[in-house]
Parts: sequence; structure tokens; C-alpha cells
Amino acid sequence: MAARRTTKKPNVSKEELLGYYRDMLMIRRFEEKAGQLYGMGLIGGFCHLYIGQEAVVVGLEAATEEGDKRITSYRDHGHMLACGMDPKGVMAELTGREGGYSRGKGGSMHMFSKEKHFYGGHGIVGAQVPLGAGLAFADKYNDNQRVTFTYFGDGAANQGQVYETFNMAAIWDLPVIFVIENNQYAMGTAQQRSTSSQEIYKRGEAFGIPGEEVDGMDVLAVKAASEKAVAHCRSGKGPYILEVKTYRYRGHSMSDPAKYRTREEVQKMREERDPIEGVRQLLLTGKHATEEELKAVDKEIKDIVNESAEFSKQSPEPALEELWTDIYADA
Amino acid sequence: MATEILMPALSPTMEEGTLARWLVKEGDTVSSGDIMAEIETDKATMEFEAVDEGIVGKLLVAEGTEGVAVNAPIAILVEEGEDVEAALSAAPAEAPAPAAAAAAPVAAASAPAAPIPSAVLEPDYPEGTAMKQQTVREALRDAMAEEMTRDESVYLMGEEVAEYQGAYKVSQGLLDQFGAKRVIDTPITEHGFTGIAVGSAFGGLRPIVEFMTFNFAMQAIDHIINSAAKTLYMSGGQMGCPIVFRGSNGAAARVGAQHSQDYAAWYAQIPGLKVVQPYCASDAKGLLKSAIRDPNPVIFLENEILYGRSFEVPDLEDYTVPFGKARIWREGSDVTIVSFGIGMQYALEAAEKLAEDGIEAEVIDLRSLRPLDYDTLLASVMKTNRCVTVEEGWPVASIGNHLSAYLMENAFDYLDAPVINCTGKDVPMPYAANLEKLALVTTDEVIAAVKQVTYR
Repeated sequence: MAARRTTKKPNVSKEELLGYYRDMLMIRRFEEKAGQLYGMGLIGGFCHLYIGQEAVVVGLEAATEEGDKRITSYRDHGHMLACGMDPKGVMAELTGREGGYSRGKGGSMHMFSKEKHFYGGHGIVGAQVPLGAGLAFADKYNDNQRVTFTYFGDGAANQGQVYETFNMAAIWDLPVIFVIENNQYAMGTAQQRSTSSQEIYKRGEAFGIPGEEVDGMDVLAVKAASEKAVAHCRSGKGPYILEVKTYRYRGHSMSDPAKYRTREEVQKMREERDPIEGVRQLLLTGKHATEEELKAVDKEIKDIVNESAEFSKQSPEPALEELWTDIYADA
Repeated sequence: MATEILMPALSPTMEEGTLARWLVKEGDTVSSGDIMAEIETDKATMEFEAVDEGIVGKLLVAEGTEGVAVNAPIAILVEEGEDVEAALSAAPAEAPAPAAAAAAPVAAASAPAAPIPSAVLEPDYPEGTAMKQQTVREALRDAMAEEMTRDESVYLMGEEVAEYQGAYKVSQGLLDQFGAKRVIDTPITEHGFTGIAVGSAFGGLRPIVEFMTFNFAMQAIDHIINSAAKTLYMSGGQMGCPIVFRGSNGAAARVGAQHSQDYAAWYAQIPGLKVVQPYCASDAKGLLKSAIRDPNPVIFLENEILYGRSFEVPDLEDYTVPFGKARIWREGSDVTIVSFGIGMQYALEAAEKLAEDGIEAEVIDLRSLRPLDYDTLLASVMKTNRCVTVEEGWPVASIGNHLSAYLMENAFDYLDAPVINCTGKDVPMPYAANLEKLALVTTDEVIAAVKQVTYR
């Protein structure tokens, strides 16, 4: 992994660090619980967990303002929690219940919140990239200084529509940040086997789009990069690319045994680079928090997640009439 | 030896044009490649070059003449010392029809003006409304201009829609009227710009996406179906996609297999999409205005051959046509002919000819394929007891197949004969003029089908 952990002592407040810790831990515990519910047969179909990648979305969200938009792929639970969507509504969507964000009709890969400016949740690899640029197009059309965060993976980075979008985002100066979450595996295919140039962030050069590589296991590094990208976009200079190097601990989806990498590789990443453990150490060594305080946070998060799981089991399945609703908006 | 210079066919569907400007005068010497005139076609103003060397003996058509038929003589080229008058009197005077037919077989074969229905039933405008003649192309442009004036969030995006004034001149003048912010030329990247347009609709705008032709929309069909059509449902009603996908659909003339396909049946299958395919100019205008106002994704299928056809359009400030309502062009008691889009041309022609044989056909234009006006079809078939469907698309899993199945399920006891589907042939579109003609549905096939179901 090329990216390195930030070694400088960060100039960051206790509140900020605790916030990241809490947000990342929330995603991890939520995903662990989702994995558990999947194993119990309460969640069906595809379920792609975000465990290991938490610092990416939490760091990027740290630089957002109200009204900024975000859109991502099917590995989307973390993005929803990070932008403030209710864990109960997300979990109940995973279980396909009435209390879910899409009233049970979308599932893990298809959730939206207009209120939180979260535009999905898209199941076709790469499709969210032009859609995200389109959200930015609308903001530019409305001249409202908003920025759209368009997340996609190293796999999607090989889709043709990504480059069609880079081209148009550049000629039209669209305020969009392309966040490439490079977790090194496109499903089971290692980046080295699928990608001709390993430095994906440089692929914007052909279109005149600036890009940089970011250590995605370090939430502070991600936040700093996000601030820079946001400033660029908000000032009307057009799109920006961040290739955030990260790692997913679990398989591509729940049914992936992940035989394409060694157990040691995963274990090494967990032990040496874990983003949550990194912030935990900063909190402790900086004397920002005691073990007891952090334990209290852990408990608080666990309770929220358990509550969401309980809600997702108690919420009824959608009424049968729901089959026929929401196909067309009333003209 | 004097040479006649003929009005050129400068587009696949051009039947006539305007001689906008002569760039040579009588007595000028021209050589091959010299620009002789500017000719306005149904799509653009084109320069017309000399092919032969010679002296311009006489200009036969004055500048500014409109409606000059393809292959009509427009000038005489003579050799040095040749007598112009003698050359003129020797020049053949017969009509140039065969060559024109070769240039544009579909258009030429069906050149007569669109048949005026003997009774337009249930018009979508009040009785006594003043009417004006308009081409389908003008009607579409007016619909966009009116809706863009009405709603700031409506914009037009596509290849060559702005500075070029539209590949088929449908968006002519819109850039001047609304500016580059709202009339946007895209790169030739359908997949990408369709995704961007859909995203902008999620973001609150109301895009009109022009596909130069719907053949190219296959590059973008993932966004049309997976992103635009399904998101309202997948979001539990939170996030709709108000967008219009419009452009030329179906066969033009002599453009070969990749540019000649009718997508009506493809898109009509998708829940979440609305699909309309107008035939005449008033429906083109009224349906497009409704499409732009609709909060759902609408597939708006136009036809290149119909762009230049003139029809009566109600002269109303705000004329819309609702979706899901068929139009009865002709009442009849013997058989129901149901069609849409350019298929209506064959349906109406067949009905006229059948009337001469004493067969009175009721002709229904579905206009919108999703939602579809089953009630009008059903009522008609219950009256006539016979039905023929007409469409340009392929026969397998066609709109006609669907209508047949619907009638079998809902009007079985009323049918006195099996429903016959007249469709394009089950082949990719050939280029050769004779084969292309064979591949398309024809008026004669409709007549034969009607005679079969009426046992005549």
C-alpha cells in the first residue's frame, strides 16, 4: 500500500476526534450487526459491508456543508449513517420492512434520503458516476455553491461512463468530487490484474482534472483532502478527484469467501492500519479520553445499533398493496 | 452538349428544398468542385457543388424559390460556343420522379400529403378552435419553446441541439431564445450525458434529452431503465425522475440496419416509463408539452420521415394532449385498424382504399403506448368484431402481439376472426432500395390483412 499513515501530531480537538471515533464505530457495529442478521436470514439478497473503509466516508463528510449531496454504489450503508440517516430506517430497509427508507422496496443497494441529500445506493457498477455529475450539474444550473460527493470503487474506475463523465464534468466545470474508494479488489479481482495504471487518481490528467492519493485508513488525512477538494469545487474551479486507498475486511458481499487474498493480508491490515484503532490511540495518547470514557461511547453505540436491529425485526413487512405503489408519480 | 443540373437530394429523407441562393450567374465558367448554390433541405442549409465543367447557360430556378422537387432541373450548363436556347429546347422536359424514388424510396412511395381524417373524433381542443398548418418539426420545437418559457428548470441537452440548430433542425432557434445555459451541446457520449441528465432530474431539474436517433440510446439504455425508470419505486416514492427522452425513432430511408429500428415495443415493456409515439403535428406538440410537465420519465418517439409533414395544429396558447388516450381518426363498422406513429400512414391509406371497396375501417391512433388506452380499442373491436394492428417494428414480442393477447383475453367472444399483426419483417434493415421497401410494412399488406379478417 503506497499511502502512509500521517505521522505528524495532529492539531485536532478532543470533540472532533471523539466525533470521528463515534461515527466510524457506529458504521462498524452497524455492519457487524447487519452481517449477523444476514446470517439469521433476516436480511436477504446482496449485502455489501463497509467494514474497514469507515475512515473514507467519515473523513469526507467532515468537510461537507448543509445542502451538499452524496451518491454512491451498492456498498452504501456507511455513507447513509455518516450523513445522518437514521440507523433504524437503514436496518429496516435491509430487512425489507415497512419502516425502511424505501418502505422495504429498495433493499441494501437502493436507499435514498432527500432530506439528507443522499441520492443512493446504485446497483449498477459505475452508473452513479454520471448521476452524481448530474446532481452537480443541477447545482451549477441553480448557482447554489453546493458540492456533490460521487463515490465509486477501483472496479468502477474501469467503466467507460466514468471517463465520459470526467470529460463533461471538466468542460462544464461541474462542482463534483469524484471519490475513488480503492479497496484494492474489484469483487475478487485484484487491482493489479484489472487496472493498467495503478495510480487511478492520475486518470483525471487527460481531462485536466486535478487528483490526489489519500490514505484512507487515516480519517484526519481524508478530512484534510476533503477540505481541499471542497474548496476547489465550491470556488467554481470544476471537478476534483480523490483516490482514497482503503481496505475492506469482509468479502465483496456476504456470499464471498474471499479466497483471492490471504488471511494474513487481512489480518495485517486489521492489526496495523485499522482506522478506528488509529483514532482510539490518538484519543488515549493525547489524553483526550480515558479507557472508561471510550467504553461508554462503545456502549452507547452498541445500544443504538441493537435498537435499530430490534426495530428492523419488529417493523412489519410492507402491505401487499405496496407492490403497486410508487411506479409513477402523480402527473 | 448541354448538361442539366438537377435539384440534389441532400439528406436521406429530402423530397424538396429551397434554392436559397445562387453563387454563380449566367455566363460564369464553373469547374468541378465550385460551389454553385446554397440549398436549404429539411435539415440544414447546404452548399451545392458543380460536378462538371462548363458555362452557366441558364438558371432555371430563381433564388428564394421554395418547394423545388428533388431532381427538378435548376440550371443548364453549356459548352463554350454552344447556343443556350437551342440547348434548352433540346433538354428533356419529363418529370424526374423515378430518380427521386430511388433516392428516398420510403418517403417517395408515400409522398402524398398526410391523409386528412374524414372524422377526427373527440378532439383534444374545443370545437371551433382556429387551426394553423405546421410541420411536425415546427410543432415539436414550439412545444419545447413554450415549456421552456413556462418553467425555468426545463433544459434541452443532446448532440448538436444548440449551435448546429439540431441534427434534424427540431431545436432550431432555441439556443438564440434561451441561451447556452439551457440549450446544451454534448459530446457524442450517450451513456454519460444520459446519466448526467438523469442525475440532474434527481437534483430537481426537468431535462429534455435529445437522442439524435433512438438507435444511439441503446448506449444509454441502462440509465433510461435502471436509473430513470426504477428509482421512484426503489426509493419508496421519495425520488422521482422528471425527464423526457426524445428523438427520431424507426426507419428513415436507406440508412441501413444500425440506423433503422423501432423501439416502441422495447420501451413499452418497462414499468416506470411512459411511452408516446405521435403521428401528426398536433399530437406531437400536445404530447410533448404533457411529457415535459410529467413528473415521470417519458420516452418520446419521433420519426424522421414525419418531421417534414404538415398537419393542422390548434392555434391555442397552451395546447396539451393527455397520455393514455387514443385518437379515432376514422369511424367504421367493419374492422378496427389500430396503429401509432408512422404506422398510421399505412393504416389511414389502407382505410381510404378499403372504403372504395365498401369496407369501412375504424382507424385508431394509440398515440401513447404506456399508459395504453385499452378502453377505446376494446369498444371499437366489440363494435367491428375484427382487428388488424399496424406497426413498423419487428413482429416478435411486438405491440401488435400484446394487443392481440389483450383482445383474446378481454374480447374473445366478440372476435369474428383472429387478430392480424402487420409489422416490419423479421430481418435487420437492408440498404438496397428494393429490399428496404420489402422489409417495411406496406399499405397493401394492411389492405390484405383487412380483407383476410373480413373474409373478402
